[in-house]
Amino acid sequence: MYIIIGGGGDIGYYLTKTLLNQGHEVLLLEKDAARYQALSEELGEAVVRGDACEARVMEDAGAKRADVVIAVTGEDDDNLVICQMAKRRFNVNRTIARLNNPKHEKIFQKLGIDITVSPTKAILSLIEAEIPTTRFVPLMKLRRAGLDFVELRIPAESPTIGKTLREINLPRNSNLALIVRNNQPIIPNAETVIQEDDEIFALVSPEGEDAIRKAFGALG
Amino acid sequence: MKIVILGCGRVGATLANMMDRAGHQVSVIDYSSEAFQRLDPDFKGETILGNGVDEDILIRAGIKEADAFAAVTNGDNRNIMASQIAKEIFHVKKVVCRIYDPIRERTYHELGLETFCPTTIGAQMLAEVLLSEPTAAKAARQDEKQ
Repeated sequence: MYIIIGGGGDIGYYLTKTLLNQGHEVLLLEKDAARYQALSEELGEAVVRGDACEARVMEDAGAKRADVVIAVTGEDDDNLVICQMAKRRFNVNRTIARLNNPKHEKIFQKLGIDITVSPTKAILSLIEAEIPTTRFVPLMKLRRAGLDFVELRIPAESPTIGKTLREINLPRNSNLALIVRNNQPIIPNAETVIQEDDEIFALVSPEGEDAIRKAFGALG
Repeated sequence: MKIVILGCGRVGATLANMMDRAGHQVSVIDYSSEAFQRLDPDFKGETILGNGVDEDILIRAGIKEADAFAAVTNGDNRNIMASQIAKEIFHVKKVVCRIYDPIRERTYHELGLETFCPTTIGAQMLAEVLLSEPTAAKAARQDEKQ
């Protein structure tokens, strides 16, 4: 893929390096002369000095044949304009913008930016996953299998405490993969007895999520 | 009319003073408090310190009740984003956006934003002046004819 990245801060720099390593064709645009110098010593021709908001710079960068344009400057207004200009003037199929202010998500979506990434929001959701009151956390979607990988913690009031897995009614198409108890992994079998504060990792179909949540008495 | 002006530079302040004197209800936003010194001493409108692409700041400036919004900071992208917020989120009826870069101006004009480009307008006026005959020479020729 040909990927153009606007903004050579830390995110732009590491993104460029990673994507180059993955074998993509990458061009990083940085408008600040001193920062450009520092970047070009390591990235060589993969970095060009210029403002990704400028149509001429994007034209020279070959924006017309770019598969993706990613805007990761520290200013949301710059990121918005980079993506809108790429879409409108160069018909770039996919635009991705970094959001510095998570509240800008709505306006970016309304204005046609394909994907927005908010580090603030990402960190918030990680914190929420660590807070004990949130006891049901979707970890990963296995899209092709049509299953979700979820984590839940057994609360003190769970009706399953002291029961073996054999005695618990689990929804169809679900499977307990792992129990973590006092930081020790346990591969569960029918005779495993559930205890308070057990962390359970399970594969479950989207329809079964409510049932598994209810079966273990998990909140949230 | 209730008017919100983003940017209290030379243009923003002059516009704010004009509108205020004409009896309109004006709010001016700028991220520098020093900028507000450009306003007339008897300016009756409101001044709001803050970032104009922040919805909370726009709300504090009264964008929800505004009839018109003008974005005249010295940053093209800031003006573009603020104008789109005013138009798409707060549905302000009249939104005007200053964009210095002619290509960017054309693009956003095509996207339906009401824009104006001081670069193009200024250059056109200068070209007209340069290509027109000097007034003194014109007067001299008029004399000859008579």
